[in-house]
Amino acid sequence: MCGIISVIDRSGSSMDGGAIKKALAQMNERGNGEGAGYAVYGAYPDYKEYYALHVFYDNLAESKTAVEAILEKWGHIEHSEEIPTYEQSRLKKTQIPWRYFFRPDASLISGGISGEKDAVIRIINTVNTSVNGALIFSSGKDVGIFKASGWPEEVADFYRIEDYEGYIWLGHNRYPTNTGGWWGGAHPFNLLDCSVVHNGEITSYGTNVRYIESFGYKCTMLTDTEVVAYLLDLLGRKHELPVDLAVKALAPPFWDEIDRMDISKKELYTALRMAYGSALMNGPFAIVVANSDSIMGFTDRIKLRPMVAAEYGDRMYISSEEAAIRTMEPVLDSVWMPTAGEPVIGRLRR
Amino acid sequence: MSIGSVPVKFKVTIDNDRCMLCERCIENCSYGVFRREGQKIVPDSRKCTACHRCVAMCPRDAIDLEEKPNDYRSHPLWTREAREAIYNQAKSGKIILSGMGNALDYPIIFDRLVLDACQVTNPSIDPLREPMELRTYIGKKPERINIKKNNSGDYDLNTEIAPNLKLETPVMIGHMSYGAISLNAQKALAKAVSSVGTFMGTGEGGLHKDLYPYQSNMIVQVASGRFGVDINYLERGAAIEIKIGQGAKPGIGGHLPGEKVAEDVSKTRMIPLHSDAISPAPHHDIYSIEDLVQLVRSLKEATEWKKPVFVKIAAVHNVAAIAAGIARSSADAVVIDGFKGGTGAAPRVFRDHVGMPVEVAIATVDKILREQGIRNEVSVIASGGIRDSADVTKAVALGADAVYIGTAALIAMGCRVCGSCYRGLCPWGIATQRPELVSRLNPDEAAVNVANLINGWTLELAELMGAAGINSIESLRGNRDRLRGYMLDEGILDVLDVKMIGA
Ligand code: SF4
Ligand code: SF4
Repeated sequence: MCGIISVIDRSGSSMDGGAIKKALAQMNERGNGEGAGYAVYGAYPDYKEYYALHVFYDNLAESKTAVEAILEKWGHIEHSEEIPTYEQSRLKKTQIPWRYFFRPDASLISGGISGEKDAVIRIINTVNTSVNGALIFSSGKDVGIFKASGWPEEVADFYRIEDYEGYIWLGHNRYPTNTGGWWGGAHPFNLLDCSVVHNGEITSYGTNVRYIESFGYKCTMLTDTEVVAYLLDLLGRKHELPVDLAVKALAPPFWDEIDRMDISKKELYTALRMAYGSALMNGPFAIVVANSDSIMGFTDRIKLRPMVAAEYGDRMYISSEEAAIRTMEPVLDSVWMPTAGEPVIGRLRR
Repeated sequence: MSIGSVPVKFKVTIDNDRCMLCERCIENCSYGVFRREGQKIVPDSRKCTACHRCVAMCPRDAIDLEEKPNDYRSHPLWTREAREAIYNQAKSGKIILSGMGNALDYPIIFDRLVLDACQVTNPSIDPLREPMELRTYIGKKPERINIKKNNSGDYDLNTEIAPNLKLETPVMIGHMSYGAISLNAQKALAKAVSSVGTFMGTGEGGLHKDLYPYQSNMIVQVASGRFGVDINYLERGAAIEIKIGQGAKPGIGGHLPGEKVAEDVSKTRMIPLHSDAISPAPHHDIYSIEDLVQLVRSLKEATEWKKPVFVKIAAVHNVAAIAAGIARSSADAVVIDGFKGGTGAAPRVFRDHVGMPVEVAIATVDKILREQGIRNEVSVIASGGIRDSADVTKAVALGADAVYIGTAALIAMGCRVCGSCYRGLCPWGIATQRPELVSRLNPDEAAVNVANLINGWTLELAELMGAAGINSIESLRGNRDRLRGYMLDEGILDVLDVKMIGA
């Protein structure tokens, strides 16, 4: 189960969170009240240049002190505050969401760290694996993730999601089947400017984790989705594959198809599978990944999970259900079902 | 005082009411168990190795063969084997030889690992209706690939990919030399691997010209004796394997007795007729990792960098560190041979006591290669006691790219694991060079049997993957999540990095 919805305004105009809240609630049959979440790009125009670190704290004593010590050691906190929340009748605050606008000092961190982004990843790994009761779950510039264990409307009201504005929105309605529902386990998953919502189960998780961890990433969220964010970070940012090709590494064409390609394409796709076989994702999934300038949806190679795309003017939508899209935009220019493994990409025009 | 003889191991009896005196048992038994006395066939049980040739060939099912129960005073420590080994050595003063794999009762880790299957939310995949991809490339992989956009907006590959072997199934046949096994046996294996799209090893016996038609599916071996190695041999193989060690006898070399070095074997191995072919334990030009690097690179240079070079080692205590060294030696694949691996001949004490199970070796090698960030760039081939498709699946899930089988392929040709290969009298025409025995094995028929076996395993592997919701072998490789330990202690589970059942 699980329901996903996403939208990009390709002109870069802002949308508030009201519509996506309704769209996500439209798919409540796909969830079980154990988790929902939203990602918004363009959330923090005042702090655009800073990494917005969202942290779940169990307490504001030891864990917060420990995290701030780490942040201050490796960089500068420009501003910090509790993320405003409004308790709902069913959704109680079990963790305290906090946000920091942070700039790392990459020169302080050694060991093959080549830039700010690597430094932030290292800091996240350190906090998430060594500080009890603290979890950094959002780390992009001008990006915010808002998630908790609850139904989509409750989570939206808990954070007053309609008060936020952005040009990209992702929403996820969760039905956890193989791990328990907890705040950190709700989607979207985020690493730097990459956020992921996912419907399905990754049967290759064991392989993917061993692969990604050999590049220094650490999986700490107890769920298979975070590995997607890390894989895309590796393939896209570090190995500099264009995003459509990175998707072809994660959900490659079948060998049959590759064998029928013309020679140069065949070479490329053979090399892609040989080099990135361990990044190949198996099992049923439909995934939407957002970056600061795009959203991209793709399914597993035999499309065991539903995914539909649609357009209306500058807006492009990807969702589990057409009905959810029509909640946001009743009359659409076009609606289509992308084929298995084929990425649909919506990019900012700037 | 003489120690006397030890009791017979197997008891052969003839049901005279059923026997039709066709004498096939006499013809078929190369160990001379049977003789005719008047209207009766009389067996000499003492000579029997339980090769089962007589039982299989008797048209009247008139032969009974049983393992004789222990008739010593029973004792948990001083077993029959322990006592008989002492009697034999007290008489001979020699090393006790044995054939085939480890015969001690170690727990088999493969049998204590169970696989996963999908239910409900994560659908299993039906291999009869959906594509299932077992294609595997063995060789060096780039850490990453570079691409550039061309004029038509497509991407071109900008990274050179090293030569790899393309396997249609992750099951290969390991190295069994001409000399250790017969030419007919090698031909059968060669035909089989060509027909199913996989590879076999030549062993250190050179490449007989009858095998040239199958050379594109053969991996030529360079062992310490360098038997049969010249540029022609290297160029013919699809890949080259340097053998450092073997699972059945880590730390010792090979020995093909002069009796087995018949004319053709002597030509193929490039050694004099009837001379003992002794390949020492060490390569006399390899005493360090730098020396290994030199050999790997010289072999590559000699073959114009067109062939992958593998290095095979026995699974021993520090196998992970050794394998990591090999992975950095320019080798394209590391072969790890576990201590359940078969052999034509080995000192019994080695076969049974030296080395470690391949399951543990794969897990630790995979781990260290990952820690060093090079797992992806080198292939891992596992061998030594792979008995069925479940073992293959588990080996891949633990981290192997592919497996080598040996004994299983021989069994598919008729071998009954009698363990007497070192005597050169194999009644099935496999581990022998005697023309009258060799001719018993029809290479075409045996090839079909071996190909059937590999095809059967491949189908089962596809079914097991489908049940686990996996449709490409890449996603099974190193996927230890798909395994759980059953009746394994915490220590082993920790080494294997596999969760306990129920977790
Ligand atoms: S093969 Fe069977 S039937 Fe023929 S002689 Fe031997 S025991 Fe008798
Ligand atoms: S190959 Fe022949 S001699 Fe060796 S174990 Fe098998 S049957 Fe016996």
